[in-house]
Amino acid sequence: MNVFVTLGQDIARLWNEYASLYLNGIWSTLSLAVICTFVGCLIGLFCGILNTIPYSKNDNCFKRFFLRLVRILIQIYVEVFRGTPMILQAVVIYYGLPYFTNQTIRFNSIWLCAFLVVSINTGAYMAESVRGGIISIDPGQTEGAKAIGMTHWQTMIHVILPQALRNILPQIGNNLIINIKDTSVMSIIGFTEFFAIHKNITGTTYLYFPSAAIEMIGYLTLTLIASFILRQIEKKMEGSDTYELTQDDMLTLAAGTYRLDKNPEDLVERNLEGGNTK
Amino acid sequence: MSDPILQINHLSKSFGAHVVLKDIDFTVNHGDVISIIGASGSGKSTLLRCINLLETPTSGQILYHEHDVAASHVNAPEYRSHVGMVFQSFNLFNNMTVLENCMIGQMKVLKRSKADARENAMKYLAKVGMAPYINAKPRQISGGQKQRVAIARALAMEPEVLLFDEPTSALDPEMVGEVLSVMQQLAKEGMTMLVVTHEMAFARDVSNRVVFMSEGVICEQGSSKQIFENPQKQQTRDFLSRFRKN
Repeated sequence: MNVFVTLGQDIARLWNEYASLYLNGIWSTLSLAVICTFVGCLIGLFCGILNTIPYSKNDNCFKRFFLRLVRILIQIYVEVFRGTPMILQAVVIYYGLPYFTNQTIRFNSIWLCAFLVVSINTGAYMAESVRGGIISIDPGQTEGAKAIGMTHWQTMIHVILPQALRNILPQIGNNLIINIKDTSVMSIIGFTEFFAIHKNITGTTYLYFPSAAIEMIGYLTLTLIASFILRQIEKKMEGSDTYELTQDDMLTLAAGTYRLDKNPEDLVERNLEGGNTK
Repeated sequence: MSDPILQINHLSKSFGAHVVLKDIDFTVNHGDVISIIGASGSGKSTLLRCINLLETPTSGQILYHEHDVAASHVNAPEYRSHVGMVFQSFNLFNNMTVLENCMIGQMKVLKRSKADARENAMKYLAKVGMAPYINAKPRQISGGQKQRVAIARALAMEPEVLLFDEPTSALDPEMVGEVLSVMQQLAKEGMTMLVVTHEMAFARDVSNRVVFMSEGVICEQGSSKQIFENPQKQQTRDFLSRFRKN
Protein backbone atom coordinates (compact mmCIF):
# COMPACT_ATOMS: atom_id res chain seq x y z
CA MET A 1 0.00 0.00 0.00
CA ASN A 2 2.83 2.27 0.92
CA VAL A 3 4.24 2.15 -2.53
CA PHE A 4 1.08 3.63 -4.01
CA VAL A 5 1.16 6.50 -1.55
CA THR A 6 4.73 7.23 -2.57
CA LEU A 7 3.78 6.98 -6.22
CA GLY A 8 0.96 9.43 -5.68
CA GLN A 9 3.27 11.85 -3.92
CA ASP A 10 5.87 11.57 -6.66
CA ILE A 11 3.33 12.15 -9.38
CA ALA A 12 1.94 15.14 -7.51
CA ARG A 13 5.44 16.53 -7.09
CA LEU A 14 6.26 16.08 -10.78
CA TRP A 15 2.99 17.58 -11.83
CA ASN A 16 3.32 20.60 -9.51
CA GLU A 17 6.76 21.33 -10.81
CA TYR A 18 6.49 20.39 -14.48
CA ALA A 19 2.78 20.61 -15.37
CA SER A 20 3.37 23.29 -17.99
CA LEU A 21 6.10 21.20 -19.63
CA TYR A 22 3.86 18.12 -19.77
CA LEU A 23 0.97 20.16 -21.13
CA ASN A 24 3.22 21.71 -23.75
CA GLY A 25 4.30 18.21 -24.73
CA ILE A 26 0.71 17.06 -25.00
CA TRP A 27 -0.05 20.07 -27.15
CA SER A 28 2.89 19.35 -29.48
CA THR A 29 1.94 15.70 -29.80
CA LEU A 30 -1.71 16.43 -30.39
CA SER A 31 -1.18 19.20 -32.91
CA LEU A 32 1.40 17.16 -34.84
CA ALA A 33 -0.83 14.07 -34.85
CA VAL A 34 -3.99 15.91 -35.90
CA ILE A 35 -2.36 18.03 -38.59
CA CYS A 36 -0.35 15.13 -39.99
CA THR A 37 -3.34 12.80 -40.03
CA PHE A 38 -5.29 15.43 -41.91
CA VAL A 39 -2.51 16.12 -44.42
CA GLY A 40 -1.82 12.39 -44.68
CA CYS A 41 -5.47 11.82 -45.54
CA LEU A 42 -5.25 14.44 -48.27
CA ILE A 43 -2.15 12.74 -49.69
CA GLY A 44 -3.88 9.37 -49.42
CA LEU A 45 -7.02 10.70 -51.07
CA PHE A 46 -5.01 12.19 -53.89
CA CYS A 47 -3.02 8.98 -54.46
CA GLY A 48 -6.09 6.78 -54.06
CA ILE A 49 -8.00 8.78 -56.67
CA LEU A 50 -5.08 8.81 -59.11
CA ASN A 51 -4.73 5.09 -58.59
CA THR A 52 -8.32 4.36 -59.56
CA ILE A 53 -8.68 6.49 -62.70
CA PRO A 54 -9.94 3.96 -65.22
CA TYR A 55 -8.37 3.66 -68.64
CA SER A 56 -9.27 1.41 -71.51
CA LYS A 57 -7.63 0.26 -74.70
CA ASN A 58 -9.46 3.01 -76.54
CA ASP A 59 -7.68 5.83 -74.71
CA ASN A 60 -4.71 7.38 -76.45
CA CYS A 61 -1.28 6.00 -75.65
CA PHE A 62 -0.14 9.15 -73.83
CA LYS A 63 -2.95 8.91 -71.28
CA ARG A 64 -2.38 5.20 -70.82
CA PHE A 65 1.37 5.65 -70.36
CA PHE A 66 0.85 8.51 -67.91
CA LEU A 67 -1.65 6.61 -65.78
CA ARG A 68 0.54 3.52 -65.73
CA LEU A 69 3.53 5.61 -64.66
CA VAL A 70 1.50 7.30 -61.91
CA ARG A 71 0.36 3.94 -60.56
CA ILE A 72 3.91 2.62 -60.48
CA LEU A 73 5.21 5.74 -58.70
CA ILE A 74 2.45 5.57 -56.09
CA GLN A 75 3.14 1.88 -55.58
CA ILE A 76 6.83 2.61 -54.93
CA TYR A 77 5.94 5.43 -52.52
CA VAL A 78 3.51 3.23 -50.60
CA GLU A 79 5.87 0.26 -50.36
CA VAL A 80 8.87 2.34 -49.25
CA PHE A 81 7.12 4.35 -46.56
CA ARG A 82 4.95 1.53 -45.32
CA GLY A 83 7.84 -0.89 -45.31
CA THR A 84 10.39 1.06 -43.24
CA PRO A 85 10.20 2.25 -39.61
CA MET A 86 9.07 5.85 -39.18
CA ILE A 87 11.91 6.48 -36.73
CA LEU A 88 14.36 5.64 -39.51
CA GLN A 89 12.50 7.76 -42.05
CA ALA A 90 12.83 10.73 -39.68
CA VAL A 91 16.58 10.22 -39.36
CA VAL A 92 17.08 9.67 -43.08
CA ILE A 93 15.18 12.80 -44.04
CA TYR A 94 16.49 15.02 -41.26
CA TYR A 95 20.15 14.14 -41.78
CA GLY A 96 19.92 13.11 -45.41
CA LEU A 97 18.91 16.48 -46.77
CA PRO A 98 22.01 18.36 -45.53
CA TYR A 99 24.18 15.36 -46.41
CA PHE A 100 23.12 15.34 -50.07
CA THR A 101 23.13 19.12 -50.46
CA ASN A 102 26.59 19.50 -48.98
CA GLN A 103 25.21 21.10 -45.80
CA THR A 104 23.68 24.00 -47.75
CA ILE A 105 20.06 22.99 -47.14
CA ARG A 106 19.06 21.86 -43.70
CA PHE A 107 15.85 21.91 -41.77
CA ASN A 108 15.54 25.21 -39.92
CA SER A 109 12.65 23.86 -37.96
CA ILE A 110 12.48 20.40 -36.48
CA TRP A 111 8.72 20.80 -36.45
CA LEU A 112 8.70 21.05 -40.25
CA CYS A 113 10.76 17.87 -40.60
CA ALA A 114 8.57 15.96 -38.15
CA PHE A 115 5.49 17.25 -39.95
CA LEU A 116 6.84 16.04 -43.30
CA VAL A 117 7.82 12.60 -42.07
CA VAL A 118 4.59 11.83 -40.24
CA SER A 119 2.39 13.23 -43.03
CA ILE A 120 4.16 11.27 -45.75
CA ASN A 121 4.06 8.14 -43.65
CA THR A 122 0.34 8.50 -42.94
CA GLY A 123 -0.27 9.26 -46.61
CA ALA A 124 1.28 5.93 -47.60
CA TYR A 125 -1.10 4.01 -45.35
CA MET A 126 -4.09 6.12 -46.36
CA ALA A 127 -3.39 5.72 -50.09
CA GLU A 128 -4.14 2.02 -49.77
CA SER A 129 -7.14 2.61 -47.50
CA VAL A 130 -8.64 5.10 -49.93
CA ARG A 131 -8.04 2.78 -52.86
CA GLY A 132 -9.77 0.01 -50.93
CA GLY A 133 -12.61 2.36 -50.01
CA ILE A 134 -13.15 3.36 -53.62
CA ILE A 135 -13.10 -0.15 -55.07
CA SER A 136 -15.46 -1.34 -52.34
CA ILE A 137 -18.24 0.89 -53.70
CA ASP A 138 -20.67 -1.00 -55.93
CA PRO A 139 -19.83 -0.37 -59.62
CA GLY A 140 -23.56 0.25 -60.07
CA GLN A 141 -23.08 3.60 -58.34
CA THR A 142 -20.60 4.65 -61.01
CA GLU A 143 -22.88 3.37 -63.77
CA GLY A 144 -25.85 5.22 -62.33
CA ALA A 145 -23.83 8.44 -62.32
CA LYS A 146 -22.44 7.86 -65.80
CA ALA A 147 -25.92 7.14 -67.14
CA ILE A 148 -27.12 10.64 -66.22
CA GLY A 149 -24.10 12.15 -67.94
CA MET A 150 -21.78 12.83 -65.03
CA THR A 151 -18.06 12.92 -65.78
CA HIS A 152 -15.50 10.81 -63.93
CA TRP A 153 -14.61 13.68 -61.57
CA GLN A 154 -18.21 14.59 -60.85
CA THR A 155 -18.96 10.95 -60.11
CA MET A 156 -15.97 10.74 -57.80
CA ILE A 157 -16.68 13.92 -55.87
CA HIS A 158 -20.44 13.64 -55.47
CA VAL A 159 -21.11 9.90 -55.43
CA ILE A 160 -18.11 7.66 -54.83
CA LEU A 161 -15.91 9.59 -52.40
CA PRO A 162 -18.66 10.50 -49.90
CA GLN A 163 -19.48 6.81 -49.62
CA ALA A 164 -15.86 5.69 -49.67
CA LEU A 165 -14.93 8.20 -46.97
CA ARG A 166 -17.72 6.94 -44.76
CA ASN A 167 -16.33 3.43 -45.19
CA ILE A 168 -12.73 4.37 -44.40
CA LEU A 169 -13.55 6.64 -41.46
CA PRO A 170 -12.60 3.88 -38.99
CA GLN A 171 -9.25 3.67 -40.82
CA ILE A 172 -8.74 7.41 -40.46
CA GLY A 173 -9.47 7.07 -36.77
CA ASN A 174 -6.98 4.24 -36.53
CA ASN A 175 -4.34 6.42 -38.14
CA LEU A 176 -5.03 9.35 -35.83
CA ILE A 177 -4.62 7.14 -32.79
CA ILE A 178 -1.49 5.51 -34.19
CA ASN A 179 -0.09 8.97 -34.91
CA ILE A 180 -0.81 10.24 -31.39
CA LYS A 181 1.31 7.39 -30.06
CA ASP A 182 3.90 7.07 -32.80
CA THR A 183 4.85 10.74 -33.01
CA SER A 184 6.86 9.83 -29.89
CA VAL A 185 9.58 8.52 -32.20
CA MET A 186 10.12 12.07 -33.44
CA SER A 187 12.12 12.69 -30.28
CA ILE A 188 14.95 11.00 -32.20
CA ILE A 189 15.45 14.21 -34.19
CA GLY A 190 14.91 16.39 -31.13
CA PHE A 191 11.25 17.20 -31.54
CA THR A 192 9.93 17.95 -28.06
CA GLU A 193 6.60 16.14 -28.00
CA PHE A 194 5.00 14.47 -25.00
CA PHE A 195 7.43 11.57 -24.72
CA ALA A 196 10.50 13.78 -25.17
CA ILE A 197 9.32 15.78 -22.15
CA HIS A 198 9.45 12.59 -20.12
CA LYS A 199 13.05 12.04 -21.12
CA ASN A 200 13.98 15.61 -20.27
CA ILE A 201 12.30 15.56 -16.86
CA THR A 202 13.60 12.17 -15.80
CA GLY A 203 17.07 13.35 -16.82
CA THR A 204 17.03 15.74 -13.86
CA THR A 205 14.60 14.12 -11.42
CA TYR A 206 15.35 10.39 -11.96
CA LEU A 207 11.63 9.72 -11.21
CA TYR A 208 11.31 7.29 -14.12
CA PHE A 209 8.22 5.37 -13.10
CA PRO A 210 6.07 8.23 -11.80
CA SER A 211 6.78 10.23 -14.93
CA ALA A 212 6.00 7.22 -17.10
CA ALA A 213 2.71 6.84 -15.24
CA ILE A 214 1.83 10.44 -16.10
CA GLU A 215 2.71 9.71 -19.72
CA MET A 216 0.53 6.60 -19.79
CA ILE A 217 -2.45 8.47 -18.38
CA GLY A 218 -1.84 11.35 -20.79
CA TYR A 219 -1.62 9.18 -23.91
CA LEU A 220 -4.62 7.08 -22.92
CA THR A 221 -6.70 10.19 -22.28
CA LEU A 222 -5.79 11.58 -25.70
CA THR A 223 -6.60 8.39 -27.55
CA LEU A 224 -9.88 7.85 -25.67
CA ILE A 225 -11.03 11.36 -26.51
CA ALA A 226 -10.02 10.81 -30.14
CA SER A 227 -11.98 7.53 -30.27
CA PHE A 228 -15.03 9.17 -28.79
CA ILE A 229 -14.98 12.12 -31.19
CA LEU A 230 -14.50 9.82 -34.19
CA ARG A 231 -17.41 7.65 -33.11
CA GLN A 232 -19.59 10.75 -32.95
CA ILE A 233 -18.50 11.84 -36.43
CA GLU A 234 -19.29 8.36 -37.75
CA LYS A 235 -22.76 8.51 -36.25
CA LYS A 236 -23.33 11.89 -37.77
CA MET A 237 -22.23 10.73 -41.23
CA GLU A 238 -24.53 7.74 -40.98
CA GLY A 239 -27.45 10.16 -40.97
CA SER A 240 -30.85 9.76 -39.49
CA ASP A 241 -32.47 6.33 -39.33
CA THR A 242 -35.90 7.74 -40.03
CA TYR A 243 -37.36 10.14 -42.50
CA GLU A 244 -40.36 12.43 -42.61
CA LEU A 245 -43.05 11.93 -45.19
CA THR A 246 -43.94 15.18 -46.83
CA GLN A 247 -47.64 15.47 -47.23
CA ASP A 248 -49.00 18.07 -49.56
CA ASP A 249 -51.73 15.90 -50.98
CA MET A 250 -54.00 14.46 -48.30
CA LEU A 251 -55.35 11.87 -50.74
CA THR A 252 -52.03 10.06 -50.82
CA LEU A 253 -51.97 9.05 -47.19
CA ALA A 254 -49.15 6.69 -46.52
CA ALA A 255 -49.14 3.88 -44.00
CA GLY A 256 -48.52 4.93 -40.42
CA THR A 257 -49.37 8.58 -40.84
CA TYR A 258 -53.03 8.42 -39.86
CA ARG A 259 -54.66 8.03 -36.47
CA LEU A 260 -57.92 6.42 -35.50
CA ASP A 261 -59.84 9.34 -34.10
CA LYS A 262 -63.29 7.98 -34.79
CA ASN A 263 -63.17 5.37 -32.15
CA PRO A 264 -61.15 6.66 -29.19
CA GLU A 265 -61.78 3.50 -27.21
CA ASP A 266 -59.68 1.59 -29.71
CA LEU A 267 -56.77 3.86 -29.00
CA VAL A 268 -57.19 3.53 -25.27
CA GLU A 269 -57.34 -0.21 -25.53
CA ARG A 270 -54.27 -0.33 -27.67
CA ASN A 271 -52.38 1.89 -25.27
CA LEU A 272 -53.31 -0.42 -22.43
CA GLU A 273 -52.11 -3.39 -24.38
CA GLY A 274 -48.89 -1.59 -25.11
CA GLY A 275 -48.55 -0.88 -21.41
CA ASN A 276 -49.16 -4.48 -20.47
CA THR A 277 -46.51 -5.85 -22.75
CA LYS A 278 -43.85 -3.73 -21.10
CA MET B 1 -40.79 9.95 -88.86
CA SER B 2 -38.00 11.21 -91.04
CA ASP B 3 -35.23 11.62 -88.50
CA PRO B 4 -34.50 8.55 -86.37
CA ILE B 5 -33.13 9.27 -82.90
CA LEU B 6 -30.87 6.25 -82.89
CA GLN B 7 -29.66 4.14 -85.75
CA ILE B 8 -27.57 1.12 -84.97
CA ASN B 9 -25.50 -0.26 -87.84
CA HIS B 10 -23.57 -3.54 -87.83
CA LEU B 11 -22.94 -3.33 -84.10
CA SER B 12 -20.75 -6.09 -82.68
CA LYS B 13 -19.36 -6.65 -79.23
CA SER B 14 -17.08 -9.33 -77.95
CA PHE B 15 -15.47 -9.85 -74.56
CA GLY B 16 -12.17 -11.43 -75.52
CA ALA B 17 -12.93 -14.40 -77.71
CA HIS B 18 -16.54 -14.51 -76.54
CA VAL B 19 -18.80 -12.87 -79.09
CA VAL B 20 -21.87 -11.39 -77.40
CA LEU B 21 -23.39 -9.29 -80.17
CA LYS B 22 -23.14 -9.99 -83.89
CA ASP B 23 -23.98 -7.47 -86.57
CA ILE B 24 -26.95 -5.77 -84.91
CA ASP B 25 -29.01 -3.37 -87.01
CA PHE B 26 -32.01 -1.46 -85.88
CA THR B 27 -33.54 1.97 -85.68
CA VAL B 28 -35.27 3.90 -82.92
CA ASN B 29 -37.71 6.53 -84.11
CA HIS B 30 -39.29 9.27 -82.10
CA GLY B 31 -42.14 7.91 -79.98
CA ASP B 32 -41.16 4.27 -80.38
CA VAL B 33 -41.66 1.89 -77.50
CA ILE B 34 -39.45 -1.07 -78.33
CA SER B 35 -39.30 -4.20 -76.23
CA ILE B 36 -36.22 -6.35 -76.52
CA ILE B 37 -36.99 -9.91 -75.52
CA GLY B 38 -35.01 -13.13 -75.56
CA ALA B 39 -33.47 -15.74 -73.32
CA SER B 40 -30.89 -14.85 -70.68
CA GLY B 41 -27.45 -14.52 -72.22
CA SER B 42 -28.77 -13.59 -75.64
CA GLY B 43 -27.08 -10.17 -75.45
CA LYS B 44 -30.09 -7.96 -74.70
CA SER B 45 -28.54 -6.14 -71.78
CA THR B 46 -25.17 -5.82 -73.51
CA LEU B 47 -26.93 -4.21 -76.46
CA LEU B 48 -28.56 -1.67 -74.16
CA ARG B 49 -25.28 -1.01 -72.36
CA CYS B 50 -23.55 -0.49 -75.70
CA ILE B 51 -26.20 2.03 -76.71
CA ASN B 52 -25.48 4.00 -73.53
CA LEU B 53 -21.71 3.51 -74.05
CA LEU B 54 -21.34 1.72 -70.73
CA GLU B 55 -19.71 -0.92 -72.91
CA THR B 56 -17.56 0.09 -75.84
CA PRO B 57 -18.73 -1.63 -79.01
CA THR B 58 -16.08 -3.72 -80.74
CA SER B 59 -17.21 -2.54 -84.15
CA GLY B 60 -20.13 -0.88 -85.87
CA GLN B 61 -21.88 2.44 -85.60
CA ILE B 62 -24.35 3.98 -83.17
CA LEU B 63 -25.78 7.03 -84.89
CA TYR B 64 -27.45 9.53 -82.59
CA HIS B 65 -29.13 12.06 -84.89
CA GLU B 66 -26.65 10.95 -87.53
CA HIS B 67 -23.54 11.46 -85.40
CA ASP B 68 -21.57 8.33 -84.64
CA VAL B 69 -21.26 8.21 -80.84
CA ALA B 70 -19.28 4.97 -80.89
CA ALA B 71 -16.30 6.84 -82.36
CA SER B 72 -13.55 7.36 -79.83
CA HIS B 73 -13.48 11.17 -79.86
CA VAL B 74 -17.09 11.54 -78.78
CA ASN B 75 -17.94 13.27 -75.51
CA ALA B 76 -19.67 10.32 -73.85
CA PRO B 77 -21.06 12.16 -70.78
CA GLU B 78 -22.69 14.76 -73.02
CA TYR B 79 -24.34 12.05 -75.13
CA ARG B 80 -25.45 10.07 -72.08
CA SER B 81 -27.26 13.10 -70.68
CA HIS B 82 -29.66 12.79 -73.65
CA VAL B 83 -30.15 9.06 -73.24
CA GLY B 84 -31.55 8.05 -69.86
CA MET B 85 -31.05 4.62 -68.39
CA VAL B 86 -32.89 2.65 -65.71
CA PHE B 87 -31.06 -0.34 -64.27
CA GLN B 88 -32.12 -3.70 -62.96
CA SER B 89 -30.42 -2.95 -59.64
CA PHE B 90 -31.72 0.65 -59.44
CA ASN B 91 -28.26 2.17 -58.82
CA LEU B 92 -29.61 5.05 -56.78
CA PHE B 93 -26.91 7.06 -55.05
CA ASN B 94 -26.83 5.68 -51.52
CA ASN B 95 -25.36 8.83 -50.00
CA MET B 96 -28.21 11.06 -51.14
CA THR B 97 -31.89 11.39 -50.38
CA VAL B 98 -34.54 10.62 -52.97
CA LEU B 99 -34.81 14.30 -53.87
CA GLU B 100 -31.03 14.80 -54.11
CA ASN B 101 -30.81 11.75 -56.37
CA CYS B 102 -33.10 13.49 -58.82
CA MET B 103 -31.38 16.88 -58.52
CA ILE B 104 -27.68 16.11 -58.76
CA GLY B 105 -27.62 15.38 -62.49
CA GLN B 106 -29.65 18.44 -63.35
CA MET B 107 -27.36 20.68 -61.30
CA LYS B 108 -23.99 19.22 -62.26
CA VAL B 109 -24.60 18.12 -65.84
CA LEU B 110 -27.35 20.44 -67.08
CA LYS B 111 -26.11 23.30 -64.83
CA ARG B 112 -29.59 24.15 -63.65
CA SER B 113 -30.06 26.26 -60.55
CA LYS B 114 -30.92 24.50 -57.32
CA ALA B 115 -34.43 25.91 -57.29
CA ASP B 116 -35.10 24.85 -60.89
CA ALA B 117 -33.66 21.41 -60.28
CA ARG B 118 -35.79 20.98 -57.19
CA GLU B 119 -38.97 22.06 -58.91
CA ASN B 120 -38.31 19.78 -61.86
CA ALA B 121 -37.38 16.84 -59.64
CA MET B 122 -40.59 17.30 -57.64
CA LYS B 123 -42.60 17.28 -60.86
CA TYR B 124 -41.23 13.88 -61.91
CA LEU B 125 -41.27 12.42 -58.40
CA ALA B 126 -44.93 13.32 -58.17
CA LYS B 127 -45.47 11.69 -61.54
CA VAL B 128 -44.09 8.36 -60.29
CA GLY B 129 -45.93 8.74 -56.98
CA MET B 130 -42.83 9.22 -54.84
CA ALA B 131 -43.28 12.86 -53.85
CA PRO B 132 -44.01 12.07 -50.17
CA TYR B 133 -40.69 10.24 -49.84
CA ILE B 134 -38.27 12.95 -50.91
CA ASN B 135 -36.42 12.91 -47.58
CA ALA B 136 -35.86 9.16 -47.51
CA LYS B 137 -32.52 7.52 -48.25
CA PRO B 138 -32.50 4.69 -50.81
CA ARG B 139 -31.88 2.08 -48.09
CA GLN B 140 -35.11 3.10 -46.39
CA ILE B 141 -37.53 2.43 -49.26
CA SER B 142 -38.72 -0.71 -51.03
CA GLY B 143 -37.46 -2.04 -54.36
CA GLY B 144 -40.46 -0.86 -56.32
CA GLN B 145 -40.14 2.59 -54.79
CA LYS B 146 -36.42 2.66 -55.59
CA GLN B 147 -37.11 1.81 -59.19
CA ARG B 148 -39.75 4.52 -59.45
CA VAL B 149 -37.25 7.03 -58.04
CA ALA B 150 -34.69 5.78 -60.57
CA ILE B 151 -37.19 6.43 -63.33
CA ALA B 152 -37.84 9.93 -61.97
CA ARG B 153 -34.08 10.54 -61.81
CA ALA B 154 -33.73 9.58 -65.47
CA LEU B 155 -36.79 11.64 -66.47
CA ALA B 156 -35.54 14.71 -64.62
CA MET B 157 -32.72 14.93 -67.17
CA GLU B 158 -35.38 15.23 -69.86
CA PRO B 159 -33.81 12.62 -72.11
CA GLU B 160 -34.84 12.00 -75.69
CA VAL B 161 -34.92 8.28 -75.21
CA LEU B 162 -35.08 6.16 -72.09
CA LEU B 163 -33.40 2.76 -71.82
CA PHE B 164 -34.73 0.20 -69.35
CA ASP B 165 -32.50 -2.74 -68.48
CA GLU B 166 -34.81 -5.37 -66.99
CA PRO B 167 -36.41 -2.81 -64.67
CA THR B 168 -38.64 -5.30 -62.86
CA SER B 169 -36.39 -8.38 -62.68
CA ALA B 170 -35.02 -7.59 -59.22
CA LEU B 171 -38.43 -6.82 -57.73
CA ASP B 172 -40.77 -8.88 -55.62
CA PRO B 173 -43.84 -9.91 -57.65
CA GLU B 174 -46.17 -7.51 -55.82
CA MET B 175 -43.95 -4.55 -56.73
CA VAL B 176 -43.69 -5.29 -60.43
CA GLY B 177 -47.09 -3.76 -61.12
CA GLU B 178 -46.34 -0.32 -59.72
CA VAL B 179 -43.23 0.02 -61.90
CA LEU B 180 -44.90 -1.31 -65.03
CA SER B 181 -47.82 1.06 -64.64
CA VAL B 182 -45.43 4.01 -64.44
CA MET B 183 -43.74 2.78 -67.62
CA GLN B 184 -47.08 2.29 -69.32
CA GLN B 185 -48.04 5.84 -68.41
CA LEU B 186 -44.78 7.13 -69.93
CA ALA B 187 -45.39 5.17 -73.11
CA LYS B 188 -48.85 6.66 -73.37
CA GLU B 189 -47.38 10.15 -73.08
CA GLY B 190 -45.15 9.52 -76.08
CA MET B 191 -41.82 8.90 -74.38
CA THR B 192 -39.38 7.06 -76.62
CA MET B 193 -38.43 3.90 -74.79
CA LEU B 194 -36.21 0.88 -75.27
CA VAL B 195 -37.08 -1.84 -72.80
CA VAL B 196 -35.22 -5.07 -72.16
CA THR B 197 -37.80 -7.16 -70.38
CA HIS B 198 -39.08 -10.57 -69.44
CA GLU B 199 -42.58 -9.17 -68.92
CA MET B 200 -44.28 -10.54 -72.03
CA ALA B 201 -47.57 -8.83 -71.26
CA PHE B 202 -45.80 -5.49 -71.25
CA ALA B 203 -44.02 -6.29 -74.52
CA ARG B 204 -47.27 -7.36 -76.15
CA ASP B 205 -49.61 -4.65 -74.88
CA VAL B 206 -47.48 -1.55 -74.40
CA SER B 207 -44.71 -1.61 -77.00
CA ASN B 208 -45.27 -0.88 -80.64
CA ARG B 209 -42.25 -2.89 -81.76
CA VAL B 210 -40.67 -6.04 -80.43
CA VAL B 211 -37.13 -7.23 -81.07
CA PHE B 212 -36.44 -10.88 -80.37
CA MET B 213 -32.78 -11.66 -79.75
CA SER B 214 -31.16 -15.04 -79.72
CA GLU B 215 -27.47 -15.87 -79.33
CA GLY B 216 -26.25 -12.36 -80.01
CA VAL B 217 -28.23 -11.64 -83.15
CA ILE B 218 -31.62 -10.09 -83.81
CA CYS B 219 -33.56 -13.17 -84.72
CA GLU B 220 -36.80 -11.45 -85.57
CA GLN B 221 -38.30 -8.00 -85.20
CA GLY B 222 -41.63 -6.46 -86.02
CA SER B 223 -44.76 -4.96 -84.54
CA SER B 224 -45.83 -6.54 -81.28
CA LYS B 225 -48.84 -7.98 -83.07
CA GLN B 226 -46.65 -9.67 -85.68
CA ILE B 227 -44.26 -11.16 -83.16
CA PHE B 228 -46.84 -12.39 -80.69
CA GLU B 229 -49.55 -13.53 -83.06
CA ASN B 230 -47.67 -14.57 -86.12
CA PRO B 231 -44.00 -15.21 -85.42
CA GLN B 232 -42.06 -16.24 -88.51
CA LYS B 233 -39.05 -18.01 -87.00
CA GLN B 234 -39.10 -21.31 -85.19
CA GLN B 235 -36.86 -19.92 -82.39
CA THR B 236 -39.31 -17.09 -81.72
CA ARG B 237 -42.18 -19.55 -81.55
CA ASP B 238 -40.25 -21.81 -79.16
CA PHE B 239 -39.36 -18.88 -76.91
CA LEU B 240 -42.89 -17.51 -76.79
CA SER B 241 -44.52 -20.90 -76.26
CA ARG B 242 -42.71 -21.18 -72.94
CA PHE B 243 -44.52 -18.06 -71.75
CA ARG B 244 -47.88 -19.07 -73.20
CA LYS B 245 -48.09 -22.06 -70.93
CA ASN B 246 -48.01 -19.93 -67.82
